[in-house]
Amino acid sequence: MKKIIDAVETIVDQALDGMVVAYPEYLVRVPDTSVLARKVPKVTGKVGLVSGGGSGHEPAHGGYVGYGMLDAAVAGEVFTSPTPDQVYAGIKAADHGAGVLLVVKNYTGDVMNFDIARELADADAIATEVVLVNDDVAVQDSLYTTGRRGIAGTVLVHKIAGAAAEEGADLATVKAIGEEVVANVASMGFALTSCTVPANGKPTFELGENEIEMGVGIHGEPGIERMPMMGAGELTAFLYSRLVEELGLDAGERVAALVNSMGATPGIELAIMAGHLAKLAEGSQLSLERVLMGEFMTSLEMAGASLTLLRLDDTRARRLGAACDTPALRVVKH
Amino acid sequence: MQQEDFRELWQRFGELIHANRALLNELDAAIGDADHGSNMDRGLAKAVEVLNAAPEGSLRADAKAIGMTLMSTVGGASGALWGSGMLKFAAALPDAPEVSWADFVGAIGAFVEALAQRGKAVVGDKTMMDVFLPALAELQAKGSDGEPVSSLVVALAHQARAWSDATLDVVAKRGRAAYLGERSVGHIDPGSVSAALWFEALARVMGPQ
Repeated sequence: MKKIIDAVETIVDQALDGMVVAYPEYLVRVPDTSVLARKVPKVTGKVGLVSGGGSGHEPAHGGYVGYGMLDAAVAGEVFTSPTPDQVYAGIKAADHGAGVLLVVKNYTGDVMNFDIARELADADAIATEVVLVNDDVAVQDSLYTTGRRGIAGTVLVHKIAGAAAEEGADLATVKAIGEEVVANVASMGFALTSCTVPANGKPTFELGENEIEMGVGIHGEPGIERMPMMGAGELTAFLYSRLVEELGLDAGERVAALVNSMGATPGIELAIMAGHLAKLAEGSQLSLERVLMGEFMTSLEMAGASLTLLRLDDTRARRLGAACDTPALRVVKH
Repeated sequence: MQQEDFRELWQRFGELIHANRALLNELDAAIGDADHGSNMDRGLAKAVEVLNAAPEGSLRADAKAIGMTLMSTVGGASGALWGSGMLKFAAALPDAPEVSWADFVGAIGAFVEALAQRGKAVVGDKTMMDVFLPALAELQAKGSDGEPVSSLVVALAHQARAWSDATLDVVAKRGRAAYLGERSVGHIDPGSVSAALWFEALARVMGPQ
């Protein structure tokens, strides 16, 4: 393992301080917590948005704290959900008197810890609601399983629910808007290499030179299938067709897309995927209105990418395009 | 059970987790995210430290301190489950420096009930419940038989390991491994191993000296 760290035990603490060093105009660290909160003063009456999860997904989640997205982000250890006391600290930091919406990715640990944190908030009479994100179509969803994972599509939930909160929507409405995004978003990713969890010190899985792991999660947990390596066009088409099918997208519909690096895949390769994506959309007569490309929800230094499609209607398109100003995502109104 | 036995139980459990840390991470790497050993080790080291600094006199206070510490240091599903479980365990105990075996088994019952509520897993889902649920049934059944505690805990530790081993051939339905479906077959669930190690620690403390 070759990583720019000092000690496994201090990775998260040091990284949170580093985020504040790099983005002092956006972020403050709530003292003695793993919470990054907005630097700008609280706006009374705005619904607060809190997200979080394990570390190792940078820029998620602290990178989305700022105007138009999150009010606070809670970091856990690498790939480990944050603890309830930390989530609760995030809720308190984000509470502007209108309640707090928690955006939670569907992992057992995240669901439980955010749940316990809500019980703590209840005791202090802070109203909370949850949107559970489960956009990963690689995972079978059935009555007998935990359901699908939440992956990169979470960023679009932050963006659109965040825009609604800035507009002044109340807690129930922001939750409903978040859930509407979840119902219309689908993602799938693949890995070209494994990542190495620092505490473990070695790659989580091994991949041959000509193998990829399809449907991989954002914690380096194995995907659904080992497949032979393919060209960028074939890879993009594979993901695209799964997402279109899953969302039941018909000709004439409007979509936005997220082309997300898992950490080690460079922009040049993402751009090739974006180009293929545009051709695929044209071929199926979908109107591809916005493409976000870059690192949004990573998996340490894993090479690979994920593709997310979001079905748009007028309001989702407007909120996706609404101004936001965060370290990792900025939308400027012209 | 005396307070010093209870504290030793957690000390031993912490040692066993520490010694098996790499194995637990490896098991987790196969079906999860490779950090179960590190997370449990971090939490238990802290819990033992907290116990050593806590005033003596109450098993309930000890159990509560363990619960709070695990919940706030382990993270993930394991922290939430072990932590909230131990808080219920504490609430079920009398506030005394020594508790009867029946009280102790009752507290394990409250612990397991808390896990069931929070995690919603049953036997066969390939989780820690594959060990805790049958172990509780065994403890409750054998308690009324009048079998000596020292032989009961040793037998239980062996069974716990066998129940954990039996998760090998099971398709996971709960927890991180559930996302893998059929691909989870052929790997032992790390959470069930931790549970078995807890019973091993219990056997070392309460078994024949």
